[in-house]
Amino acid sequence: MSIQTLRKPSTTARPIGRGTSSRPRRNRTQFTRWALTIVLALCSLTVLVPLYVTVCMAFKTTGQAVDGNAFSLPGPWSLDGFVQAWTLTNFPRSFAVSVGVAALSVAGTIILSALAAFAISRNWDRRLFRYSFFYLLAAMFLPFPVVALSQVSLSGMVHLDNPIGVAILHIMFQLSFSVMLFTAFLRSIPTELEESARIDGASTGQVFWRLIFPLLAPMSATVGIFAFLASWNDYMMPALIVSNPALQTLPVLQQMFQTQFSNNYNVSFASYLMAMAPSIIVYLFAQRWVMSGLTQGAIK
Amino acid sequence: MSLIRTSRPSRTSSPSRKRRVEPVFYAFLLPTVLAFTLAITVPALMGITLSFTDSVGFGEFKFIGLTNYIAAFSDPAILKAYGFTIGFALVTVVLVNVVSFFLALGLTEKIRAKVALRAVFVLPMVISGIVIAYVFNFLFSNSLPDFATAIGLKPLETSMLANPDLAWLALVLVTAWQAVPATLLIYIAGILSIPADVYEAAALDGATAWRKLASITIPLAAGYIVINVIMGFKGFMNAYDVIVGLTGGGPGTSTTSVAMSIFNGFGSGDYSYQMANATIFFLIAIVIALLQLRATHGKTTF
Repeated sequence: MSIQTLRKPSTTARPIGRGTSSRPRRNRTQFTRWALTIVLALCSLTVLVPLYVTVCMAFKTTGQAVDGNAFSLPGPWSLDGFVQAWTLTNFPRSFAVSVGVAALSVAGTIILSALAAFAISRNWDRRLFRYSFFYLLAAMFLPFPVVALSQVSLSGMVHLDNPIGVAILHIMFQLSFSVMLFTAFLRSIPTELEESARIDGASTGQVFWRLIFPLLAPMSATVGIFAFLASWNDYMMPALIVSNPALQTLPVLQQMFQTQFSNNYNVSFASYLMAMAPSIIVYLFAQRWVMSGLTQGAIK
Repeated sequence: MSLIRTSRPSRTSSPSRKRRVEPVFYAFLLPTVLAFTLAITVPALMGITLSFTDSVGFGEFKFIGLTNYIAAFSDPAILKAYGFTIGFALVTVVLVNVVSFFLALGLTEKIRAKVALRAVFVLPMVISGIVIAYVFNFLFSNSLPDFATAIGLKPLETSMLANPDLAWLALVLVTAWQAVPATLLIYIAGILSIPADVYEAAALDGATAWRKLASITIPLAAGYIVINVIMGFKGFMNAYDVIVGLTGGGPGTSTTSVAMSIFNGFGSGDYSYQMANATIFFLIAIVIALLQLRATHGKTTF
């Protein structure tokens, strides 16, 4: 009550004080707001134009694609590029390989790093667990080119020079970031919850699967999306590790259009579009976790 | 910060009364640590060991001491690759951070269609580097020369990618195109973390927009700038995909990065020599990592 009476004068005073000047100032802020929006929209063209060109080129006929103007709309719209790209890249198989590698990498990353982070965060007082954390984290500073050549020869030796080997390496390179995110999150979960579950007779395994893992769900979404993007878009690792060209992932296969079919632009762009589309679709559905994960990673 | 907080209990609890660790925790952690060791640590140690030998990647080899390192430091091709990579990383890091910072300023203001604009600006992050490099390859070698011819811009009438003086610029632009989103998101988080009342106080004192930027936003976002600059530099030093997709390291060797020269060593027989190169590269990465640790420590203490 007293607060209200104290506030009342100030709230009524403000409009009166502004009364004379509020109209032009509001117009000015409206103007800068619109101006800024337009400037940013123009900037966003740098992102949209290359994608627009990709879509337009993909739907052109070969004849229209070579005539030079990349920015013209397809006329007529044609699916020839997609049909040819589909067979050239053996799309069903290469898509399956890419999906398989990405799925394995996402599942492996989430489960292994959640388990490791749980063990680390609940035994932080023990040197072994604490040092393991820093040990796993150290890989963030290791450039891939440094270990690449040895990994190629080792994976060949143990017969993992295939998509499964790529998925395993993707998981290993993703561990640092993921264990860091999970550990930070687990510290924020009060241990009282676990203790009460234990009093009810739950084993540590049950505590993890029934209590901790479900609680980690939002963080698992973030970890999973970054694992997916890193795996789906990777070029270096599959290009070096996979020895059988028939088992190559989608992004790596795109290099065939740089040489053999370099003039059928509609075919190559249709193929690029098919390689890009899955990660764009995943992004559209999972934006929230992409944005939050990155900032959490930076602040922690 | 969180590390300091959690390490404290271990100091206070007496070492004699250590509780028993449940064995299942070892089962949760150790297989992962073991796999990590086999997949990453062993190859790293193997590479470092082989850098002191004359190995060609398979078969017998003998130790030859620092010969590979001495040769690497006097090899114009390797020195050129380092010069190019460091220069490229520096230019890209400046461009990416300036662009991202101003975009973040705009995207945290009151604007129309904020959600849609943010979504568009983040989009490049999710697209494969090699694929978008192929798309830009087409634009740089076909569309841009046509456009330059039409408006009479002589230097761009031939493909930028075939011009040894300009190819690097194309690489910087495409790398920046891909790297801006991650940097931008961190800047948005940084700018949003600045309390609004600081700006309100400045507004009462009659501060102009530029003054607010220089005296409030930039100093208070300094920690984020440091993170972005170091993380960006580290990433751009590894440049590979975009270069493969745009120039393949050419024309000549004008855009061959260190990563690329290391990978080329695989086929060309100078395996151990490139492992020495990789080890030097690793040492540089460690220096950057130490800088990062110092910088982020500085940020969390203030």
